Amino acid sequence: MTAISLRGARLSYGDRVLWDGLDLDVEPGEFLAVLGPNGSGKTSLMRVLLGLQPLSSGTVSVAGGNHAIGYIPQQRALDQSMTLRGRDLVGLGLDGDRWGLGLRNRHERRVRVNAAIESVGATPYADKPIGLLSGGEQQRLRVAQALVGDPTVMLCDEPLLSLDLANQRVVSELIDKRRREANTAVLFVTHELNPVLPLVDRVLYLVGGRFRVGTPEEVMNSRTLSELYRTPVEVVRLRDQILVIGAGACEEQTHHLTAEAAS
Amino acid sequence: MTLFDLLELDFVQTALIAAAVLGLVAGVLGPFIVTRKMAFAVHGTSELAFTGGAAALLLGIGVGYGALAGSIIAAVLLGVLSRRESDRDSVIGAILAFGLGMGILMLALYKGRSANKFGLLTGQIVGVDSTDLKLLVVSSVAVLAVLAFIYRPLFFASVDPDVAVSRGVPVRGLSIVFAVLVGVATALSVQVVGALLVLALMITPAAAAMRITASPLRATVLSVVFAEVAAVGGILLSLQPGLPVSALVTAVSFVIYLVCRGVGAVQRRSG
Ligand SMILES: Nc1ncnc2c1ncn2[C@@H]1O[C@H](COP(=O)(O)OP(=O)(O)OP(=O)(O)O)[C@@H](O)[C@H]1O
Ligand SMILES: [Mg+2]
Repeated sequence: MTAISLRGARLSYGDRVLWDGLDLDVEPGEFLAVLGPNGSGKTSLMRVLLGLQPLSSGTVSVAGGNHAIGYIPQQRALDQSMTLRGRDLVGLGLDGDRWGLGLRNRHERRVRVNAAIESVGATPYADKPIGLLSGGEQQRLRVAQALVGDPTVMLCDEPLLSLDLANQRVVSELIDKRRREANTAVLFVTHELNPVLPLVDRVLYLVGGRFRVGTPEEVMNSRTLSELYRTPVEVVRLRDQILVIGAGACEEQTHHLTAEAAS
Repeated sequence: MTLFDLLELDFVQTALIAAAVLGLVAGVLGPFIVTRKMAFAVHGTSELAFTGGAAALLLGIGVGYGALAGSIIAAVLLGVLSRRESDRDSVIGAILAFGLGMGILMLALYKGRSANKFGLLTGQIVGVDSTDLKLLVVSSVAVLAVLAFIYRPLFFASVDPDVAVSRGVPVRGLSIVFAVLVGVATALSVQVVGALLVLALMITPAAAAMRITASPLRATVLSVVFAEVAAVGGILLSLQPGLPVSALVTAVSFVIYLVCRGVGAVQRRSG
């Protein structure tokens, strides 16, 4: 059974079409990287899958519905003065959507929350005010929050944003571990493909209303990207890195990828 | 009369019970209000409770019911008109100014005793009678029951709205329900400490508690304790010297706040 299925999906805001005719099946255990310049509709795709944004036409289905989704939102720094610990954030991922005070099964709840915190190595700082933690520490707790609900689909919106290379690796490997152990389908929005390249099964590349789906080899080549960007784009493979040069419509991405490859 | 003689008096006892009930409700709501950055909304709602109370005086119905109606209408208006958080400040400002103006107009038209007028602004806990007390207790139980039911989703929506929405939590609906709860609690507080000083019970204790702990549960417990100390303690302190209740309630709660800021600063430096 497919984890995510889109058929003839079209999303437009007014007369601005983000994508049209999108057919996409994501299998359990598959790692799909979603790439594209700012404003190409990556977050909007997540919102469609979460049922927060209706499609303009076409159909969407996610196996198990919202309860089966572990969602890591596009990073927004948490309020410094927030009265909240990492453990509370993770706990909300488990039963924050249930009515009532939740006084029953406190013990079982604690065990599950602790296990999720432990699995991302966040135990040492799980009881500190979350606003005081570093971006990498907060992001690990976000991963734990998404994992604790035992998801069959994970939607990760730029989870590597503003992390250093070591933490990029930690966070992406945590997500990869989950999909290998529990066969969870992963949609992973990122501006930097290289840190996750070894994990990626397929790529969905969105540019200005056009898109391409396929393996990294099928999509990340000069011909395909030149077609997508409608301007000459050079793709160079350097050891296990991919460099994109000259995507004028997407300087930021080129910059990221180049900087990444250089480091 | 000594303090003990005063405590024998019926109206003093009624006042103390009213204060204790209010302290509980305000203390429990407070951490949510602070987290959701609704201090100004509470202030605005309390002004409109005053407007409602003034309208009730004019119409010759119970001031308590008028205040309740005024602040619930205000809460719903705020919830509906300020769809985005960035709108909220200006929406409150606009509604508040108009409501206050209307309240003053209605008081001016009122021909009754002037003590009634003053009470709406500065509180008249010593004038709480047993019908008022009944209304207070019943509404408080209702507020706490609804809050207990929506507790987890409301907490989720307050601290992590993006993920809450993804889990199907009705974030917008909850914010209107919560605004109504705040409206009811505000209207009740208006009877005790007056429209202008509601913040002393609803905001200050929670803000103080949240200075010294990051645990939401501990913050709520402390916030209730602080609100009780301020409300009940303020009344006790006011009895003997015969000073205004509201002045002492706000003073006590402000002292607690200052102490907690100090403690919090020390904790952060050493922690
Ligand atoms: N509710 C909405 N109404 C109108 N336009 C919208 C709405 N939501 C998003 N948009 C527009 O759709 C476009 C795509 O937005 P989206 O957030 O999906 O981009 P993105 O690919 O995630 O970009 P980024 O890399 O910057 O996160 C943007 O131009 C945005 O302004
Ligand atoms: Mg985005």
